[in-house]
Amino acid sequence: MTFTANPPKAIPEKRQITTKPRVSDKIFRGVLTVMSMSSLLILTLIGLFLSLRGFQAFQTQGIGFITKVDWTAGVDGSPDTFGLGAMIIGTLIISATALFVGVPLSVLTALFLTFYAPERLKRALVTLVDLMASFPSILFGLWGFIVLMPMAEYWAQLIHKYLGWIPIFGMPSPAYTRSPFIAGLVLAIMIIPIVTSVSREIFNQTPLDRIQAAYALGATRWAMIKAVVLPFGASGVVGGAMLGLGRALGETVAVYSVLNIVFKVNFQVLYGFGGNIASMIVGKWGEASLTESKALLAAGFVLFVMTLVVNLLANFIVRRTVKTGK
Amino acid sequence: MSNVSDDNNGEDMSTTSATNSLSSVAAQHAAQRQPGTAPLGSGLEAREIHAWFGKHHALADVSLDFAAGTVTALIGPSGCGKSTFIRTLNRMHEFIPSAAMAGEVLLDGKDIYQPGVDVTKIRLQIGMVFQKPNPFPSMTIGQNVLSGLKLAQIKSPKSNDDLLEECLTRAGLWSEVKDRLGAHAGGLSGGQQQRLCIARSLAVNPKVLLMDEPCSALDPGSTLRIEDTIGQLAKTMTIIIVTHNMQQAARVSDYTAFFLSDGGPGSMIEVGPTNEIFSRPKDERTENYVSGRFG
Repeated sequence: MTFTANPPKAIPEKRQITTKPRVSDKIFRGVLTVMSMSSLLILTLIGLFLSLRGFQAFQTQGIGFITKVDWTAGVDGSPDTFGLGAMIIGTLIISATALFVGVPLSVLTALFLTFYAPERLKRALVTLVDLMASFPSILFGLWGFIVLMPMAEYWAQLIHKYLGWIPIFGMPSPAYTRSPFIAGLVLAIMIIPIVTSVSREIFNQTPLDRIQAAYALGATRWAMIKAVVLPFGASGVVGGAMLGLGRALGETVAVYSVLNIVFKVNFQVLYGFGGNIASMIVGKWGEASLTESKALLAAGFVLFVMTLVVNLLANFIVRRTVKTGK
Repeated sequence: MSNVSDDNNGEDMSTTSATNSLSSVAAQHAAQRQPGTAPLGSGLEAREIHAWFGKHHALADVSLDFAAGTVTALIGPSGCGKSTFIRTLNRMHEFIPSAAMAGEVLLDGKDIYQPGVDVTKIRLQIGMVFQKPNPFPSMTIGQNVLSGLKLAQIKSPKSNDDLLEECLTRAGLWSEVKDRLGAHAGGLSGGQQQRLCIARSLAVNPKVLLMDEPCSALDPGSTLRIEDTIGQLAKTMTIIIVTHNMQQAARVSDYTAFFLSDGGPGSMIEVGPTNEIFSRPKDERTENYVSGRFG
């Protein structure tokens, strides 16, 4: 037997790997596809509807529709001015306030529920917090108006007194009611359930071996949480905050009942007026003329786009900043 | 046990500041590095340990002494309670809900389960390496090594750089990672990660190191390196290692304890110098196990 060098072989063609699905498989796949596509379809249709109906407003107002801060329906043929600027800024400010207050509260609640609460208390609190999520927003609004506002007014005065040197806590004249701050507080309470439950879910999934590693190194519970749970859960918390933000951006009734909506840009969160696209639409819709109602639909489209952009942006930020911890 | 004097015990257990206790431990080590002195580390005594998970009685009546500076291997088939036992030694057992225990664990003569004992300080003195390498993925290699100091909020008398080099060298990892201490730990191989975990537990200068099947998730090459590391570490501390691998027990340990469960709670059948356990065990069940007839 002799050994010869192997003759060079031609590299074979890549084979096509196929699987022939069964009929039942195909049907199932079809049903799933239709179902999942339907949500995309509905979203697209809503966007289309809003942009088509609002097209006229965009056409007549141009870029001013989002940059101007004046909203007057023309009387007897005089031109309309529809500028959404103040409302856009107001929406962002209120949502930011809500996140600023709501997210830390939610994260601490979630940490307490996951790592500190005794089993019974935990079950009771989880039920309660979940219940909060399904609470109608008008009730939050009424409660915010009747109960929270008088108290929050006092808090606002305190904040202004001690932090008034920061421009956003400034106050041109004492008008503490119906401010973006109070609207933000109501929203903060409304987003707590969702942010808490998302955070709790993610904290619960912290790998046990890492928790044990920290404890085995002599960590206290809080040190363990800082070193292991928070890095692991960061992206989940941001995801939860985004869901909360989604709710905060679009919240209508609760904000409408506590906020003094004025078409003027207000960066001073404690000062008693502000804007919010969703509640502005509700406020104006009832008595809107045909052209104004089109402008309101256009405003709806702006809100729609804003929500999408904020979510995409947040996704991007999460992916940029939270690389590790998994 | 007899090597450690009572004076030393008092000092180590009663020091309230972690910094002091750490530096005193370091001083103690330095003093004991003189040739011809007693073995290093601290002795650990387990007395009549029982362990339960809920109603399940997992471990019954294990009494075992670990002399300072020795390596003891715990062997036995799965479910015999050896991992449960090792976890009672640094109070990791109590993290499992419904877990309970009875008995005493004496570190330098003092019961670590005594009311009022700061459990975090106990775990600083009795370190642990787990079955699955578990570095903190959000931290760099260097941060992982030093994480124990941060977690326990203590300061080492050495500078961070010195400590890093020392711990990684002792864990046998220094040459492989010295140029990428700032890289994330997740990029290391399994064996490297496990040695990183060993380095991490060394940084807080424990007197006793518990290793719960540290090589069972690793390839043979990494296993050998870790066994090397264990041999080196044994010069400075007491090591207790759970292993499924009898050759490993024979290679690394001075003493071997055989655990077995005959359907009921696991218990220790026999303990002795490793070569005796493997060559002429007293108990027939031990002989059957070490000769590979079951398990």
